[in-house]
Amino acid sequence: MRDALIQAVIEVAKTDDRIWLLTGDLGYSVLEPLRDAIGCRFINAGIAEQNMTGVAAGLALAGKIVFTYSIANFPTLRCLEQIRNDVCYHNLPVKIVAVGGGLAYGSLGYTHHAVEDIAIMRSLPNMTVLAPGDPNEAKSCLRHAINCPGPTYVRLGKAGEQAIHSSIPDRIDTPIEVLSGRDITVLATGGGLSVAFQACKKLTAEGVSPRLLSVPCLHPIDLTGLCGPIVTVEDHGIGGLGSIVAEHVALTHVDAIVKCVRLHGTPTSLTGSMSQLQNAGGLSEETVIAAVNGLLSRRKYLNVA
Amino acid sequence: MINSVDLARTARLHAVKMVHRAKASHIGSALSMIDILAVLYSGILDTQPGRDDRDRIIVSKGHAAVGLYAILAETGFFPVEELDSYGQPGSRLLGHVSHHVPGVEVSTGSLGHGMPIACGLALAIKQCVVCIVGDGELNEGTTWESALFAGKHSLTNLTVIVDHNRLQGYGDVDEILGLGSISKKFAQFGWSTVEIDGHNHDQIRNALATNQTRPNLIIAHTVKGKGVDFMEGSLDWHYKSPNTEELANACRQLEAA
Repeated sequence: MRDALIQAVIEVAKTDDRIWLLTGDLGYSVLEPLRDAIGCRFINAGIAEQNMTGVAAGLALAGKIVFTYSIANFPTLRCLEQIRNDVCYHNLPVKIVAVGGGLAYGSLGYTHHAVEDIAIMRSLPNMTVLAPGDPNEAKSCLRHAINCPGPTYVRLGKAGEQAIHSSIPDRIDTPIEVLSGRDITVLATGGGLSVAFQACKKLTAEGVSPRLLSVPCLHPIDLTGLCGPIVTVEDHGIGGLGSIVAEHVALTHVDAIVKCVRLHGTPTSLTGSMSQLQNAGGLSEETVIAAVNGLLSRRKYLNVA
Repeated sequence: MINSVDLARTARLHAVKMVHRAKASHIGSALSMIDILAVLYSGILDTQPGRDDRDRIIVSKGHAAVGLYAILAETGFFPVEELDSYGQPGSRLLGHVSHHVPGVEVSTGSLGHGMPIACGLALAIKQCVVCIVGDGELNEGTTWESALFAGKHSLTNLTVIVDHNRLQGYGDVDEILGLGSISKKFAQFGWSTVEIDGHNHDQIRNALATNQTRPNLIIAHTVKGKGVDFMEGSLDWHYKSPNTEELANACRQLEAA
């Protein structure tokens, strides 16, 4: 996913000299081709994310489209006030790219787990929040980010994610149907997509017909028409996709019932791979399947579709 | 070219009246900075709005907004009468510097934001970028992040002016988080530095006119509350607003200056 996005940035930046990229001294052995392609518009700003973000705002004030790049929470939470005041308040085209969304950095520990970022970024004014679920979505998100006139947050996994889509989606501003189905809607984002995809395939084999929608664009979001039993799946804690859908249901009074499969939010203090930590945190194929079956068994008691 | 001494005097009068009407704080900080602004906006920089090739001024010590608003109104960015709306409901003249006010490049208020933005602008454009910071504001870590950055990238079109009035929230800047030699610190970061009397317009003008081969730091020694004797050097006037009697006294002094 990371490599897909970097390649896409290179392709666009070659012909669009408004594009700059600042890194907080991360991306070793990843960003070099981009550096070679765009020369002085690539800047290693050092390990100083607050300054990096303020510099990005200054460049953007002068008409540039500026990517800031780092991992986990460093380009977001470390410099949150620069994003809020300098970038979002002035509605500037700064594109924040974080590698390692969710628990992608597994054993590196809680400092490197971005599990509150979606909630925080989507609460900022003018911000577009993107969390692609596979490399094809990542490329489409890059296009969307550059076309967005204002601030954008792109939350990536790491590398080697399974491709869910067979081609690059044309648009990512509304949920994308991955599997059609009639019994229940499963909405998934970011690292939750592959978990939800596998779970839905198992459910299908068991005779359930789930509709799977991928939600790479979390904010702003159009959920018109969404109703009935809904399960959300994400590698994030409170305030993410589950909260977004619950807000939609509460604010629009549609007939729906929502079950959120998300990380329970307790910082992990144990070593483990991404999927081991996801399992421990409450995100797994089994929890998705249990949530779907739980809702379907309750449906007969509820006045929903 | 506008007479900067007249401009500073008029702006000081506006500023004390504005904070009196609005019962607002930070008059001391505005008065210490006004001479610097008066020189910057007297015509030595090209700050004509709307032009991409204009010089940029960022007031990072956003709490001193009344000083900037008064200068911008007096130099034609918006009608002087609008200054009366400062602090009134519905006014765009906020208590901290707002980019919704004509002539303002960047909203500030949380300290330590101006210098990084100024670095980004200085990288992007060839024109002059001037950023005014407070001396207490230098406590912020971003000061030193951006000082490193500007030195590394040899931002020769960047000038940072420190309004060195020696007072911050609780008192003396040397006692709260002593800075030692600001000049030596910045020199080590690759800047050229100069120390001036921040109320002497010739010295301000000369410091700005220097041909730069490095990012330029001007340490402007100033007096908080400059121009009103009972406000000068007093921490109280970081917070207090002049009452009717104090306003009349302040205006008498400023008109006679």
